[in-house]
Amino acid sequence: MLNVQASAVEETAKELYIRALKILPPDIKQGFDRLTRDETGGIAKSVLATMVTNIAVAEQTDNLLCQDTGVPIYNVVVGRDVAIAPQDISAAIRRGCERATREHPLRSSVVHPLTRRNEHTSCGIEVPVIHFDFDDQLESLSIEMVPKGSGSENNSFLRMAIPAEGVQGIKRFVIDSVIAAGGKTCPPTIVGVGLGGTSDLCVALAKRAATRPLGSHCEDPDGAALEQELSAAVNQLGIGPQGLGGDATAFAVHIELAATHITMNPVAVNMQCHSARRARATFTPAGISYGF
Amino acid sequence: MAHHELQMPVTEEQVRQLRVHDTVTLQRTLFGIRDATLIHMFDRGRTTRFDLKGHAVIHTAPNVRKVPQSSEHPSGYAPVCIGTTTSDRMERFTRPLMQREGVRIIVGKGGMRDESLASFRDMGGVYLAIIGGTAALETTWIEQIEDVDLDDLNPESLWRFRIRDFGPLLVAMDSHGGSLYDTVRREVDEKRAKVLQSLGVKA
Repeated sequence: MLNVQASAVEETAKELYIRALKILPPDIKQGFDRLTRDETGGIAKSVLATMVTNIAVAEQTDNLLCQDTGVPIYNVVVGRDVAIAPQDISAAIRRGCERATREHPLRSSVVHPLTRRNEHTSCGIEVPVIHFDFDDQLESLSIEMVPKGSGSENNSFLRMAIPAEGVQGIKRFVIDSVIAAGGKTCPPTIVGVGLGGTSDLCVALAKRAATRPLGSHCEDPDGAALEQELSAAVNQLGIGPQGLGGDATAFAVHIELAATHITMNPVAVNMQCHSARRARATFTPAGISYGF
Repeated sequence: MAHHELQMPVTEEQVRQLRVHDTVTLQRTLFGIRDATLIHMFDRGRTTRFDLKGHAVIHTAPNVRKVPQSSEHPSGYAPVCIGTTTSDRMERFTRPLMQREGVRIIVGKGGMRDESLASFRDMGGVYLAIIGGTAALETTWIEQIEDVDLDDLNPESLWRFRIRDFGPLLVAMDSHGGSLYDTVRREVDEKRAKVLQSLGVKA
């Protein structure tokens, strides 16, 4: 039985928020290498070079990559034989998120939707967003932290397409969403596409796709094939880094899908900006290890 | 494609010399402004004690640390991480910002639209593109948070930064109707049909 103390979860939740904001995952850095190699646009090349410089400056100065501390999202995966109540995990994550904000300090980017009041804790009603999932790993608890920036999040799209629109309707919607977002999402982005499910599930799938590591593929073979086709297509649009023109509009298009109703063909798009930040901690009997 | 070093504030004549594709490095002073700041200034009638005439504003809400007031930190704030937010949300405030406050330069990311471009043309202003998401780098161009106004809106206060070698920034919208974003939009519209065709999608 893996015993996890709430205080350790709290400390880890704090550490994860700060780590995510400072250290870009290696798969994203490799993504920059690839895009830089393939870029043909003059302005685009210099924009990509500045982004790469910024990653190095953030590490050298122990600073945040981007000023946007985002909406904090924690994805918790609980394995078998783990002794801590989910309620305690949630409360500890909230405390850790608040402490990261106060102690680092970080800009609290979270406000009440009507009063716009900022509690300066990065917390509010239902925020941090905490998702629980379960897997079959023995004595393992993993927590992923994603600070979701607003530039990309503000460009989220859902269309309840109908079966007669078919895959063509899906493709057109993805392309037009990327065009509508233009430079506002801080391209190059990871374009997350959710297919199927209900409206809410479809949007959640798009977010999951947008925050998946580069180099990973949709588990469904038809989904994976469409990912490849769309990944090539979006970089033919000429939007480019920061919307200033060029080839590098997206690192990739990622797809997550679910079964849907016979009358439905929902498609959602959620994007992750070039500062595609995430961090992960895993609790095992050996201790806590940090990664991505 | 000239490079310009601008000591802030600037005159209309100086701004009219800037053309898209030129680059600019700002010196001395930069003001930070954002959604809530602009909503309160122009929708709720609030005013600032700062003189923004001829100045540059950047669309930002920084990460700061509260510190005791000193000659090093006259505002009582030290910079932690200062970057840029998406400008498009603040499109409708460009004209009043120029008309009422005399602002001449907007620094932001992602570009702005027709009404901003018209304001730049009518009154003499420019939009300088900074690279969004490169805040660690931008923070090294900021020497000090000199002063802050409307601080009840924190972090969306009106900030006055002392800057050194802030740039190079790209002139992306100028006072002569030039906009790199419009150029890219037109090119993307042309490419859209071809891309959809390659995906087997009927127009």
